[in-house]
Amino acid sequence: MSKIGVFVCHCGENISRTVDCARVAKASGQIRGVAVAKDYKYMCSDPGQALIKNAIKEHKLDGVVVSACSPHMHEKTFRKAVTEAGLNQFLCEMANIREHCSWVHEKEEPTTRKAIELVRLMVEKVKRNMALEPIRVDVTKRALVIGGGVAGIQAALDIADGGHEVILVEKDPSVGGHMAQLSETFPTLDCSQCILTPKMVDVGSHPNIKLYTYSEVEKIEGFVGNFKVTIKKKARSVDIDKCTGCGECQLKCPSKKIPSEFDRGLKNRTAIYIPFPQAVPARPVIDREHCIYFTKGKCKACQKVCPTEAVDFEQTDEYVEEEVGGIVVATGFDLYTTDKQGPYPDYKGYGEYGYGEDPDIIDGLQFERLASASGPTGGAIQRPSDGKEPKSVVFLQCIGSRHPSKGIEFCSKICCMYTAKHTMLYKHKVHHGTAYVFYMDIRAPGKGYDEFVRRAIEEDGAVYLRGRVSRIYRSGDHLIVKGADTLSGAAVEIEADMVVLATAVMPQPGIEGLFQKLGISYDQYKFASEAHPKLRPVECATAGIFLAGACQGPKDIPESVAQASAAASKALILFSRDQMLREPVVAKVNENTCIACWYCVEICPFTAISKKDIRDRQGNLIKRVAEVNPSLCTGCGTCAATCFSNSIDLDGFTDEQIYSEINSLMAVGQDLFPEPEKAEGDSPDEKAA
Amino acid sequence: MTYAYYPGCSLKGTAIDYHTSALALAERLGIELKEMEDWVCCGASPIHQRNPALASGVANLLLSLSEGISKDVAVLCAACYHNMKKAEVEMREDGKKRNEVEELSGIPFNPEVRTRHFLDILDKDYGLNALKEKVVKPLSELRVACYYGCLLSRPPEIAFDDPEQPMIMERILEAAGAETVSWSHRLECCGASHAVPLTDAVLRLVNDVLASARDAGADIIACACPLCQANLDMRQEGIRAKLGVAHNLPAVYFTQLLGIACGATGKQVMIEKGMVSAVPLLRAKNLL
Amino acid sequence: MSESPQSETQKDGAGLPEAATSWEPRIVAFICNWCTYTGADLAGTSRMKYPPYVRVIKIPCTGRFDPLFMIKAFERGADGVLVSGCHPGDCHYTAGNYNARRKYTVFKALLETLGMDMDRVWFSWISASEGGKWVDTIRKFTEVIQEKGPFREYREMIDVG
Repeated sequence: MSKIGVFVCHCGENISRTVDCARVAKASGQIRGVAVAKDYKYMCSDPGQALIKNAIKEHKLDGVVVSACSPHMHEKTFRKAVTEAGLNQFLCEMANIREHCSWVHEKEEPTTRKAIELVRLMVEKVKRNMALEPIRVDVTKRALVIGGGVAGIQAALDIADGGHEVILVEKDPSVGGHMAQLSETFPTLDCSQCILTPKMVDVGSHPNIKLYTYSEVEKIEGFVGNFKVTIKKKARSVDIDKCTGCGECQLKCPSKKIPSEFDRGLKNRTAIYIPFPQAVPARPVIDREHCIYFTKGKCKACQKVCPTEAVDFEQTDEYVEEEVGGIVVATGFDLYTTDKQGPYPDYKGYGEYGYGEDPDIIDGLQFERLASASGPTGGAIQRPSDGKEPKSVVFLQCIGSRHPSKGIEFCSKICCMYTAKHTMLYKHKVHHGTAYVFYMDIRAPGKGYDEFVRRAIEEDGAVYLRGRVSRIYRSGDHLIVKGADTLSGAAVEIEADMVVLATAVMPQPGIEGLFQKLGISYDQYKFASEAHPKLRPVECATAGIFLAGACQGPKDIPESVAQASAAASKALILFSRDQMLREPVVAKVNENTCIACWYCVEICPFTAISKKDIRDRQGNLIKRVAEVNPSLCTGCGTCAATCFSNSIDLDGFTDEQIYSEINSLMAVGQDLFPEPEKAEGDSPDEKAA
Repeated sequence: MTYAYYPGCSLKGTAIDYHTSALALAERLGIELKEMEDWVCCGASPIHQRNPALASGVANLLLSLSEGISKDVAVLCAACYHNMKKAEVEMREDGKKRNEVEELSGIPFNPEVRTRHFLDILDKDYGLNALKEKVVKPLSELRVACYYGCLLSRPPEIAFDDPEQPMIMERILEAAGAETVSWSHRLECCGASHAVPLTDAVLRLVNDVLASARDAGADIIACACPLCQANLDMRQEGIRAKLGVAHNLPAVYFTQLLGIACGATGKQVMIEKGMVSAVPLLRAKNLL
Repeated sequence: MSESPQSETQKDGAGLPEAATSWEPRIVAFICNWCTYTGADLAGTSRMKYPPYVRVIKIPCTGRFDPLFMIKAFERGADGVLVSGCHPGDCHYTAGNYNARRKYTVFKALLETLGMDMDRVWFSWISASEGGKWVDTIRKFTEVIQEKGPFREYREMIDVG
């Protein structure tokens, strides 16, 4: 016979305001197998916990039901308390009579009755609980950081400085990300490359960082503490150990008309190229799509000129495996492309603005390149069509962002600030020019941010017009921008020399493929989802995977860096222990009844179930059965619900437990099917039951 | 392929060439445009300003006339299309509005009936490949500026192509072999509704449209609205007199160009009706 | 504080009020620990209100849901059964909810063939942030069950069986 203790909490008045707690305790005491039932004002307080501990000892309890708040709130508290009293922690369960009862119902009879039934349900479960031990798993104290932009760089450096090895994977030939493309940064106007490149160099030379550039994550297996990652090193066609980065090959390459990704098409590059002078590693890569040798079969000019014989046309993609314990995802963003054939096929572009058709209509990152000292114009503001200095530039904010009819509802957060910065950079270089900004609202909440925008308007004379632009078209030497100024109510027509579109910040196109490999969730726009929007903004719901930077949502540099350091500290917390404990909610196979249908093997989302041979002493095969690897099993229970022969059960949620919970639900003291003529004698219902 | 055809008043009067050329084209394509009986004026642009419910009531009446012919009502005039489609969409989506209109017109609304512009029918139902097969005289070397004006794609709820950047007319005329030009004023208003009170403003607007088409290298403008066509065609003399700009740029209906491409004669599509004649141009391109 | 002596001879649930005068709907909800359970918690912390006739049985994932649980619940007098988990793509265990949906679809067809009133079985996705949706679902489901009344047909069905 079980000896269960039931402890009913008033939660101050949070529960007792609508539930008669004394009656719940009294009724619980009458449930078969309940040895003691008490109610108390604050069960989670020290005296409350002492009450439970004393009762366990006094009544030699073999199970505890705390009838209080949600287990998500205080299960850990009470499990710790019962452990201190010598009871296995998994023999303690909570009946949620606060969130699921007292807070959501009125003070009336059925509310108290519901509380009693919820307790009874848990008592029936606890009677069948088993003493379990948490599963211990070794932690591999190495981290994988995916993405080598400023967020990935910061996370990698922090973890590496914390004394653990980091694998940094970057899909492009160099680390640096979008921040390397920027000219100057708001609100201080310091040079982006000047502050970033030292960090890039650190990443390249840190003894704890293993850098894989021009590489992608191919496959991820395992679980927190024990991930196995397959990385694809794309064929670079250059042996980076032999190469000295002299750049001779770039000079000789005859294929020179390829739009540079780094300069966002404002400048051309060669087929063998170092993406930008400060690249880390400063080693070239051959773009096989445009290389004359790879497309036409002859050339090899770069190979001939290379002094160290580093060019290797035979190189193939290589796959390497790395074992890590935690993963930081820092895949960053890209800009929404406004022409019709953009990389975001789910979204309508802005064909009416002529981006991609008229060279003088550019996006924010292109303007950054124009304004950058390392850019195609050496930092001179020149319009792309003819290199003339633009006398008036129109900046349009919210291109894509906050525009539900184009499919995007969110605010891209950084555009108000960088547009203000653009107007300043422009005015500082073209003193007699005029910068116009069409905006919807100015969103500048941040340290020194609003002051910065005010400076752009008041000191540098940017003309801010609240309204949207309907159309941009070319008229001779100018672009005509037609829009509305909704504050004055007038239609506006501006003759511009150049137009800059502040397009929406979007996740990297196709990034959901990686998120699926990682098993992390993402929102409708394919931004990665955090575990809790307020209290767990850095972790994913999947344990051991952390988020940093704009892959989670639009962010500026300080925010990305802060989140990267937070993600690094989460990884370091994970690495601070040699072993980690996991809830022992895992599946178990009954080998006597398993019929080897392998449905469980197929259905398990974590490949935790395998086929096992059972042999006699002579080594003859007797039968084959399913076998669960407890360190891979996450305890979803899909196998248990699928097994034909009822041979798999889930610890903590066994069939027996769930059926006893269901059985406890039978309405006692309430006729199931009240009918006047059944008022007397045994009802057929009771017989059937 | 049979459609209930609603010509509307303009197409029986000033825009008879639109009507005639559309029928000639449809016949060659094997599309039957069966004129609905007892139709009335759609109320065009003034009615919904005076009484929106009445405008919808008229549209409901017109849609009901399609019974027995087809569930699709083919419309050519942009103003008629605008009026009818707007009412149809409102009635389908807003039950209260629908009740009001049904009560006013005394006719139940049939949600299955749809207002269709002839461009949409050619693009979606007939198909560009089928159209290509019917082309006997490709409009090659003809540089056409496709003009949508303001009514055809606005508001977005009634548009049959991207409302900000429609390309349907370009697609269709290119299927008939024409070269279309990319130009800025394809969706600008021609000023038709101000024709009487503000003639000078209209001249300026039309001048902008014509100049933009001319600058983009167009030989001819294709229209899909009787008011647009009339404005672009007839105002050229006034622009010459008042603004001193001679455009001499023919503005015709897309159905006229397509009709010729599909083998109709100039007479069958009434090509000679325009004030700025398209005949010399089409002769020069061996299309007449 | 109150304490009751152990009384092993009393039958389960004694101490509950005597037969209620009028019928009350009995709804059993099998909900997953990660999304819907947390969503229901959120309804609580937001102090939303809904009728008190739902009894929650927590399972780790809807993938753990065995359709026989539902049969058992009806056998024990349930008038309606709700199964609710994470939205497609959001499953804590990546795919448990897809398996649950597949199982449900197949089982539903079978039960319909047997003449089961499938309006009494609801399947929904309620995320951890959708406290309001949980409340709406319970309200609507309770209304439907109240309108239908006690599940006598099931009793008749198993009596025949």
